Amino acid sequence: MTSRSKTLRLRALALHAVLVPLALLWLLPIWMMLVFATMGDEAIFSPRIELIPSDQFLENFRKLQADLDFVRTIFVSVVVASVYTVLSMALTSMAGWALARYRFHGRGAVIAIILGTMTLPYFVVVIPQFIMVARDFGLSDTWVALIVPPLFNSLGVLFMRQAFSMMPADLFDAARVEGVSEWRIFFYVALPLARPTLAALGIILFLHSWNNYLWPLLIANDPAMMTAPVALGSLIGITEVSWGGIMVGAVLLTTPMLAVFVFLQRYFMSGITAGAIK
Amino acid sequence: MRLRTKVAYGFLAPYLAIFAVFWCWPILYSFYLSFMSTRRAPWSFNPGMTWGRVVQDPAYWNALENTLTILVIQVPVMLTLATLLAVFLNSPLLRARGLMRFAFFAPVVIGEAAYAAVFRLMFNAEFGIVNKMFESVGLPALNWFGDPDAAMAVIIVAVTWRWVGYNAIIILSGLQSIPEDVYEAATLDRVTPRQQFFHITLPLLRPIILFCLVLSVIGSMQMFVEPYLITNQGGPGGGTETLGLYLYRQGFLNLNFGYASAIAYTIAMLAVAIAALNLWLGRDRT
Repeated sequence: MTSRSKTLRLRALALHAVLVPLALLWLLPIWMMLVFATMGDEAIFSPRIELIPSDQFLENFRKLQADLDFVRTIFVSVVVASVYTVLSMALTSMAGWALARYRFHGRGAVIAIILGTMTLPYFVVVIPQFIMVARDFGLSDTWVALIVPPLFNSLGVLFMRQAFSMMPADLFDAARVEGVSEWRIFFYVALPLARPTLAALGIILFLHSWNNYLWPLLIANDPAMMTAPVALGSLIGITEVSWGGIMVGAVLLTTPMLAVFVFLQRYFMSGITAGAIK
Repeated sequence: MRLRTKVAYGFLAPYLAIFAVFWCWPILYSFYLSFMSTRRAPWSFNPGMTWGRVVQDPAYWNALENTLTILVIQVPVMLTLATLLAVFLNSPLLRARGLMRFAFFAPVVIGEAAYAAVFRLMFNAEFGIVNKMFESVGLPALNWFGDPDAAMAVIIVAVTWRWVGYNAIIILSGLQSIPEDVYEAATLDRVTPRQQFFHITLPLLRPIILFCLVLSVIGSMQMFVEPYLITNQGGPGGGTETLGLYLYRQGFLNLNFGYASAIAYTIAMLAVAIAALNLWLGRDRT
């Protein structure tokens, strides 16, 4: 064996000696989520280390449903996140298109506002949002209140603007010569071309909405309009509650997103890195 | 030309309408609120009850201290780890790439409510797996949620667990944009991998790490869900209460909107100051 391949081999060994244990440690909470979700409460509280899933998942699910209607909260979460994602994609891609493809008065100001809000703490707006939506509009516990106020986001616009500005101008000019209207160009030429970017954006927006905690916590108090994270959070801290049930809830909340992550990794990663690269 | 402008505003209108109603107006309104005593109707102008109170409120200073403690420990630890992870994950020597990706990046998609529940069970003093593992290797079991420092450690571990992969993704994308021939040339010149890391990789990654730093700082300044759910509403005895949680308590439990708005603006000022400091430290020294 040459000395060069020997050092490479040693280096590879060292790399794995560090990374594999760390990776397993990182997986532990996710694994424990699954293990706890399948164990009875006695087993969770037992003094032994239990690392193997058991068979109480359905029983725990039944306990969770008895504590609160979790299926209903998942339904609320799915509707909120889906409608939110579609609306937000529409708003941000239209705005991104305008900023990428037209020169108009106030364009610089709009971009400055969007960048400025990225660094602004949400707490500065959440109090008036709450006063306005809950008190002035009287919209607590409504779909509109859950979906509409979080719609403003900067990331999507920057992301879509980037995608649209990279498309060749000739494409749109050709359509214009043919007399195609600006709106039709946007919907039938630009949007279909931006499909990969839209997919990445959609995943990120859905994830944001799916995991959103503070706003739904404030605006939905009626159990029928609670989103799943808020419902799950409301169980934590109550003493007379099934921890196995809470873990089933955590697994149900987490699994769809993990599946998305595994199958649509490419879009997911590009959605995250889009904000970083200017 | 004018038609084009009209079209552009048409495309922007719905987005700007949402901005105007749910961001622009609230930013101004909470600034106004931060000078109002809202304890009694009708609300009255009384900055002493809001800004004046911030200055002398021990609970506020406790929350500020906790927030800064978490920030000062967690952010550097996480970004160092994220940078190393990105470099390791980028290595051509790495096997089991799929497992590694999944392990470190999966926490990114797990919401606070779900992971808070798991961390509460794992760090439970009596039956939590962390204490069981500690004992099995001869370390003392800790009363994680009964001791302020230990509870703080749980939050730092939890936040690092959740966000390190997110930052590693961003840094990894930065790494992959460094041209390969830079390293090839360095290797030919017999520059060791360690020297390559400190003299090539790190300087080239500086802007992207700074971007992560600013995002992490702003995120930490707003931390709310972790102390609310993991350490049982900032416990023990306010030991992990953050600014975000204190603001929530004042604004939405005590319905003291004026005071909460003043707190919100202190968070905003701090975030801007720290972000500006970061950018200033990271400016090009050419």
